[in-house]
Parts: sequence; C-alpha cells; structure tokens
Amino acid sequence: MSQTLQVDVWRGGADGHYQTFEVPHREHQTVLDVVTYIQRELDPSLSYRYACRVGMCGSCAMSVNGKARWTCRTHVKRVVEHGRLRLAPLDNLPRIKDLATDMAPFFDKIGQARGTFVPTRTRHDPFAAIAPDSPARASIDEAIECIGCGVCYASCDTVAWNPDYLGPAALNRAWTLMQDSRDAAHAERLLAVAGDAGCHACHTHMSCTERCPKQLSPTASIAGLKRLALGAALKGEL
Amino acid sequence: MTPRTAARLWALQRLSAAYLAIAVLVHLATIIYAIHGGLSSAEILGRTQGNLAWLLFYASFVVAVALHMPIGLRNVLSEHLGWRGRSLDLAMLAVALVVLGLGAQAVLGVFL
Repeated sequence: MSQTLQVDVWRGGADGHYQTFEVPHREHQTVLDVVTYIQRELDPSLSYRYACRVGMCGSCAMSVNGKARWTCRTHVKRVVEHGRLRLAPLDNLPRIKDLATDMAPFFDKIGQARGTFVPTRTRHDPFAAIAPDSPARASIDEAIECIGCGVCYASCDTVAWNPDYLGPAALNRAWTLMQDSRDAAHAERLLAVAGDAGCHACHTHMSCTERCPKQLSPTASIAGLKRLALGAALKGEL
Repeated sequence: MTPRTAARLWALQRLSAAYLAIAVLVHLATIIYAIHGGLSSAEILGRTQGNLAWLLFYASFVVAVALHMPIGLRNVLSEHLGWRGRSLDLAMLAVALVVLGLGAQAVLGVFL
C-alpha cells in the first residue's frame, strides 16, 4: 500500500476542472474519509454532501473513477487505481459546486411517477393486514429498501440520452406502490409511468442493477411495470 | 404518445422480435440451402411461384420487420438525435409503409 493517494477532485460547476490533492492512504479508509480529509485539512472550501456515514441516508453518492458509488461504504482499496482516485459529482444531474449536484430533477421525477403513497384508509380505520408472504408483498421485499442515493440515475444510459426519462429509482418506487394493496392511486400511477418517457423507455442495460449499492434490481421493478402496463392496455384500462 | 400506445408499441416490438428470431433462422437456412444446393434462379422460382406456404412465411416476415424496425428506429432517433413528437411518429409510419411496400413487392415477385 502506497503512503499517499493522488486524488483528482472536480472543482466548480458545469465548467469546472479537476484539482489534485495528496491524501494519506490509511487502512480501512473509505472514499468519504478521503473527501472529508481534504475538506478538513487541505481546502475547507470543498463542497460535498453526506449525513449518516453508514449507508442509510443516500446523500454521499459521487462518481469515483468514473462509476457512481456511495462513498461512505466504498473502501479506497477496492477502487483505487495506481494510487489514484478521480472524484466527480454524479452524472446526469446539474452540477452545483464541486462534488454537490442538484438532486431536484431526481426527486421531481419520483413525484412525476406518482411516488407518493395515497392511502385508502384513515387513521380511524383499523390497520391493514398484509401477509408478509403474499405474492404482491414478497415481490417488493427488495425494492422497498431503496435509499434514494441517485447512483442508478447517474448510471443510466437512457437518462443520459433522454432527459425526460423518469429513471430507475422513480420507476422502482412506483413499482413498490403498485404492489401495495393499501394504495388508492394505482390507475393514475400506471398512466404516469407508462408513457414515452416511462417504463417502456428502459433498454434493460441493467447499469442501475449493477451499480445499486443496496444490490436492488430496478430493472426487475421496471419489467414489472411493463407487465402491468401491457395487461392494462390489453384490457383497455390504460 | 399516449401510455396505451406506448405499451402497445412495446408489446408489438417484443412479439415481432420473438417471431423474427425464428423467421430469420429459417430465412438464413433457406438461403444457405439454395446456394449450397446450386439451385438456379429458375429452380428457385419453380419452388416459390404459386407456393402458398412460402407466400405466407415471407409475407409474415415482411409484416414483422415493418412493425419491429420503425419502433426501434423511433427510439434510436429520439434518444440520439433528440427528434421527438408527431413529426417523428409520422416519419416512422412512412418508414414502416416503405418497408412494407418493398417487402410486398419482393414477396410477390417470387410468388406470381
């Protein structure tokens, strides 16, 4: 293990440049540790995001040597190439400053995909009983674990080609609600996700599935939405 | 494009792809057989002219191509050239009709 890391960090907004820092290489060091070291010890003007540091909040995702990753759970030794790291803000999102992107388009699309739960009951009704092993509930066991980090969105070719495309996370969220028997907006949601920039735009490249730090498969969720949309179209309900 | 049309086009492209996966193999095997067997043009026409089975096979082949290709091309043009909207849909309809016309001409050419 070399004693130091050469770390190229994107500085500025869309028209920025890379600045190289020398950072001590330590055992069990994460990429987020490296960024934090730079901000605390070398350049306090560096902008980046993080909160939980333990892979729950989804705020620290960045491009590390060309691939989107959650930096808090990415060990340097797994991704370093010839003693070098190249850190940039997430692709497919507007760059605000340094490593911070504007996540608004990402979260807006979750809204466009009707990613909000619409209850069928009120607080005065009894709790809904959902059998954990029912097929609908079991089909979303993994998908509901999404932490909204944006890694899939930044890794998606279709998002890069078609900025209107809702993207893997929004469609994954829509899929979990389409399988939720307590939700009252199935028809509206299917309309929202079945358009030209919705589930049918997915090419099944599976970059989202390969890069998802939670090892979820948005591709499978999108395939589920395609099946639902086709069924509804055949029945004349779409 | 309405969600219903998007879903139907998606299904049509998958169904036509599934059919073409088989039809292209039959087509290639036919070509290889004709060439390796040393069949002359007259011998080939002798087998295809008036043969309803070949007519149905190649007519369905052409229809599948005319469905499959423009739907895919529409996605490619939309994603890589940013061409969207009604003009793209009409252009792809024109492409489908041209493919259908040329294909029909070829199929009828060896049937009649």
